[in-house]
Amino acid sequence: MRAILTAAALSVALVQGVALFAQGNVPELAFDANTDVVRTPPNIYLGEVAGVGRTSQGRIFVYTRTGHPYATLGDNRTFYRGGSRLFEFDASGKFVRELGQDVYGFNTAFGLRVDPQDNVWTIDQSASQVVKFDKEGRLLLVLGRKPEAINVRPAAAGAAPSGEEGGGGGRAGGGRAGGAPAPPPGSGIPGSTFSQPTDVAWDRAGNIYIADGVGTTNRIAKFDKDGKFIRQWGSTGSGPGQFNGVKALAIDAQGNVYAADLGNKRIQVFDGDGMFKSQFAGIGVPTALCITSGPTQFLYVSHVGDQSGMDDATIYKVQLDGKVIGHFGSAGKLAKEFGVANSIDCRSENDLLIGEMSNWRVQRVTLRK
Amino acid sequence: MKRCLGVAFAACMLVGLLQPGTQVSAQNRATATNVPVIPHEAVPDFFKNPPGIYTGENMGIATNSKGNVYIYHRAYETRLFEYSPQGTFIREIGRNNYGFAFAHSVRVDAQDNIWAVDEGTDMLVKFAPDGRVLMTIGRREDPVRMLANMPGAGTFHGRNEKYKFGRETDVAFDQQGNIFVSDGYFDARVVKYDKNGRFVKAVGTRGNGNLQFNTPHSIATDFQGNVYVGDRGNQRVQVLDNDLNWKANYPNVGNPWAVCVSGGPGPKNPGKQYLYVSNSWPDSAPAAAAEFTGEIYKMELDGTIIGKFGRGGKAVGEFATTHQMDCRDPDVIYTAEINDWRSQKIRLKPAARSGSSTN
Repeated sequence: MRAILTAAALSVALVQGVALFAQGNVPELAFDANTDVVRTPPNIYLGEVAGVGRTSQGRIFVYTRTGHPYATLGDNRTFYRGGSRLFEFDASGKFVRELGQDVYGFNTAFGLRVDPQDNVWTIDQSASQVVKFDKEGRLLLVLGRKPEAINVRPAAAGAAPSGEEGGGGGRAGGGRAGGAPAPPPGSGIPGSTFSQPTDVAWDRAGNIYIADGVGTTNRIAKFDKDGKFIRQWGSTGSGPGQFNGVKALAIDAQGNVYAADLGNKRIQVFDGDGMFKSQFAGIGVPTALCITSGPTQFLYVSHVGDQSGMDDATIYKVQLDGKVIGHFGSAGKLAKEFGVANSIDCRSENDLLIGEMSNWRVQRVTLRK
Repeated sequence: MKRCLGVAFAACMLVGLLQPGTQVSAQNRATATNVPVIPHEAVPDFFKNPPGIYTGENMGIATNSKGNVYIYHRAYETRLFEYSPQGTFIREIGRNNYGFAFAHSVRVDAQDNIWAVDEGTDMLVKFAPDGRVLMTIGRREDPVRMLANMPGAGTFHGRNEKYKFGRETDVAFDQQGNIFVSDGYFDARVVKYDKNGRFVKAVGTRGNGNLQFNTPHSIATDFQGNVYVGDRGNQRVQVLDNDLNWKANYPNVGNPWAVCVSGGPGPKNPGKQYLYVSNSWPDSAPAAAAEFTGEIYKMELDGTIIGKFGRGGKAVGEFATTHQMDCRDPDVIYTAEINDWRSQKIRLKPAARSGSSTN
């Protein structure tokens, strides 16, 4: 059965193969931009904006790498803390408050999403956790466990990440039958033990999909709305259903899952059970995804060609079938330029918020009709 | 100390003093001779901190057009303080921002924006006068990817990347707003960016030839756009034109830890510009070096020495490892000093006659 599925997937890939190459001349979309979107009080600073999202009321949440990650010295576990903060702004950009002060898992901000019920989800790279808060900042759900200690001096390159020895958490949970063939590399541990997760998305039933991630695993993990593990798919590689870094997720109204396959420079599309449906390229190095609402949905994809944010970047607007409609913006530090766009909020199709890493800011993009 | 027996005492002491710090650079006697002495006085207790506010190692100091003074220092955390022209503490800027980890220098540009140079995060952070962040250059290493390098024992690498520094040391601006960075401990170069932070050019490799550097530690520009680089390890100030072509070396003023060109960052004014160069007392304050280091030279822009003032030491008016200077007014020098955790305001008096007494 597995072989048949793979063959079917491959044939789909071949049919779609043309789309994997450059998509010809992509028109530039006219747009305006404002970099003075959110304002913090004195001595509160945005750092690298890993995630930005808006609620249905227009409130803006930002998860940012700011301050410093600290590792303690002299204890048996090298405990680490700090380095990221969660801020709330009103619709006009005025600072409202900080949420999640001093929580255990805020270390290296990697993303933020607001779900349809206006809950705020933070994704943290080094805590390897996805945390759900309601919009008042109350903790509702924690997925993944922060490694107990940070591996200050990795024993050897390629060694498995240390951490869970004392925990007995997710690692023991999923359970493969003894004697079963080893899973393909990068397929991870069933359950909620993540390795540098990058993103979260939901289908209409409220099921939770986690992109996991850019560490040692290359999979998408699915949980029900209460956080019960349902299934996972994906492994390391470049074939259909394989990833080289799952950097972002988005789900359309039909429940199709769009995954940004960073290293393979493509978007892969799956159904909600993980069945490969199609793939397309021509969108550079896909780093952030967002699907608009409304009767005709579009996908925004940020391309990040260099980590300085100065040489190679743009944002593509794409039809759900993979056809690139146009692109806007380039790399740089001025308005209408993007410095490592790691997050896109597209609650409104022509009014976007872009979270930028190297430019330490949120930029508002208004596409001209 | 036992190992000192049978060895020349002074040499042994020097070795002993140099061992604890890895950053101590060899400091050499300046070769200039018959230099007239400029009388000077320090303003006592000029900088006044409220109770509970302390500066640590004062690494950087700069004034803005209104005479306010910024001090960038290493305390419990690296912090940036602002003082009034009277030396009164006004406020802190940049508290806990992502670009502050280990202070190195601070500069103010022609629009009174404040630029913090941080060798811990390898970043420049540009603050508006009100303290908002306007621009950053360089990108702090991803904390997750840096784990393999902890606890931070880096070495010279000379990677020479457009938008990443190797413990950069200082920043300067020309009249067009171009940005010049001395970079640094792990690179050996000068980098030029346009006013929007876009890379223009980089020159320099490690060595002691022209356009080679051995810890370019401090940088300044004149109104013509020439660039003065304190090439500390090579015991010279290296002068480049605005396109970073080599122009001259000023080799006779010791190891330039700090360079400063008077007149401020602009706009251009008719005042005559001078170059100040500090042959600083090394940073672990070795006693043996105090008697031949610590003085600051006042020079014409062409390298002609006008005079010198100060010496290594912790008394008022002595300099306890000058790490940066501000010389917007050529007769008022602010010094940021590592040892004794302080900054001083120095007033220069009219130049003494040649051959006057030494201090």
